[in-house]
Amino acid sequence: MATLRAEAPAILLLLALAAAPFVGFGEGYMLTLLARAMILAMAAVSLSLLVGGAGLVSMGHAAMLGFGAYAVVILDDARVTEIAVVLPVAIAAAAGFALVTGAVAIRTSGVHFIMITLAFGQMAFFTASSLAGYGGDDGYTLYSRTEIGGARLLEDRLAFHFVCVGALAGTWLLCRLLLASRFGRVLRAAKGNPLRAQALGFDPYPYRLVAYVIAGAIGGASGFLFANATEFVAPAYFSWQRSGELLFMVILGGVAGLHGALIGALGFVLLEEWLSHQWEHWRIVFGVLLILAVLFLPNGLAGIPGQIAKAARR
Amino acid sequence: MTDPLLSLRNLRKRFGGLAVTDDVSLDVAPGEIHAVIGPNGAGKTTLINEISGVLRVDGGRIEFGGRDITGLSMPRRARLGLARSFQITSVVPAFTALENTALAVQAGAGSSFRFFRPAALERRLNEPALAALDQVGLAGRAHTPAGAMSHGEKRQLELAIALATQPRLLLLDEPLAGAGPEETERLIGILRGLKSRYAILLVEHDMQAVFALADRISVLVYGRVIATGEPDAIRGNAEVRAAYLGEDDIPLAGAA
Repeated sequence: MATLRAEAPAILLLLALAAAPFVGFGEGYMLTLLARAMILAMAAVSLSLLVGGAGLVSMGHAAMLGFGAYAVVILDDARVTEIAVVLPVAIAAAAGFALVTGAVAIRTSGVHFIMITLAFGQMAFFTASSLAGYGGDDGYTLYSRTEIGGARLLEDRLAFHFVCVGALAGTWLLCRLLLASRFGRVLRAAKGNPLRAQALGFDPYPYRLVAYVIAGAIGGASGFLFANATEFVAPAYFSWQRSGELLFMVILGGVAGLHGALIGALGFVLLEEWLSHQWEHWRIVFGVLLILAVLFLPNGLAGIPGQIAKAARR
Repeated sequence: MTDPLLSLRNLRKRFGGLAVTDDVSLDVAPGEIHAVIGPNGAGKTTLINEISGVLRVDGGRIEFGGRDITGLSMPRRARLGLARSFQITSVVPAFTALENTALAVQAGAGSSFRFFRPAALERRLNEPALAALDQVGLAGRAHTPAGAMSHGEKRQLELAIALATQPRLLLLDEPLAGAGPEETERLIGILRGLKSRYAILLVEHDMQAVFALADRISVLVYGRVIATGEPDAIRGNAEVRAAYLGEDDIPLAGAA
């Protein structure tokens, strides 16, 4: 029962997303916005696996999305649009980048890890900017969305909505399982007390590297979806600002559980959208709100019920 | 005499100009409690760190079960059956007592690269973990987060974690540090229960506990072993008395 209660926020949120098109959020503009929020939430959940689960604060997670998205671009340019090819390539590209850069980055920790992941991300950013054949700085517009067995299913907004819901739910479930497994236990122990983990015979390095590659693979899958959602890919996908946004979503939502990243990402995207329609200088308000959230919500948005309960007991 | 389980030969370590381990040789036989005592700064914790692999030695050999482990990493040594407790309690605060101990069981129960089955539901991990908690009297606190436990309970948990790895040798670094009188009594009882089942290298300031538990005692002063012998021989050793007389009192009778 206790576990079910802990999972309730995530499950309710996923159900709400699934129901959204039928309760007044069915028009095109809203579906586009929700798809964007869900895809970023997917990346945020995978980043939360690293930050909350392994203590690896990556400032280069956007690069994983970038690799996934550019896999779509490069294959699109070669007229390969079948999902059975495109999706595995997108995932493998991001996972491969994560493996190579992670093998180096995970030897460091703390601020050094943040800086080295940032550096690798920027390397990927500048590489993408120099790909003149794929639009360089200007980016690349896809000819069409990825096809499923030759059918243009992803073109249908409602179908795409449910693909995103499914992908997000799958990501959340996968990361949940990973954290609760033997593997995840070692990962969490190495975060909570690395010396203890080593004294028991666990070298944290391979566990962290595997987590980094898994998070990278999920990032690649979300990049694949992002490219399909916008039908346009630019080097900005890789940028450190996007990495910072993802990290912010995770921290805003709360790192204590994966649902924090879900709430953080959806809250971030929807608030950003809403504010930008209210006032042209909305970024000022947005910034202030984010600062207030960090100052007064130590456990993030996901920790608000706990904080209220605590205040009520006093 | 049976072959020693742990054998230190001429270990040397310097921190800058300071020799913290100066030609130390000592053995721990199977089933023996070998205590290492000495004044503050004698290099006792350093010695534990060298044996467990936290620190590299500058010279000498460490043999464990007849195998040279001098160059092995801490995780490798742990997998060979060297378990240690820390002077300052070292548990995973966010984990419950059970999960801390189950993690230790997991270290010796096959691969930990298993990704999908919830570890908390594995009886193969939980049952030995509960048994270890029971051995140290913590069975009733299995589901308490380690971070919320009293100091004495954390010391007990630390022992349970070491036991749960099914070690061949326990390196205990001041297991009684900071424990109150009642907690000390309980911990001494627990350690006595472990005697003869495990080989133990015990670093401890509480002389009553040391003389009650140890089969052999080595006295470490400024990185050197000045005497090794049975408790009675150490008690009467003039050199040992002289070493401790530099402090304010002979601590051989009282608690630290």
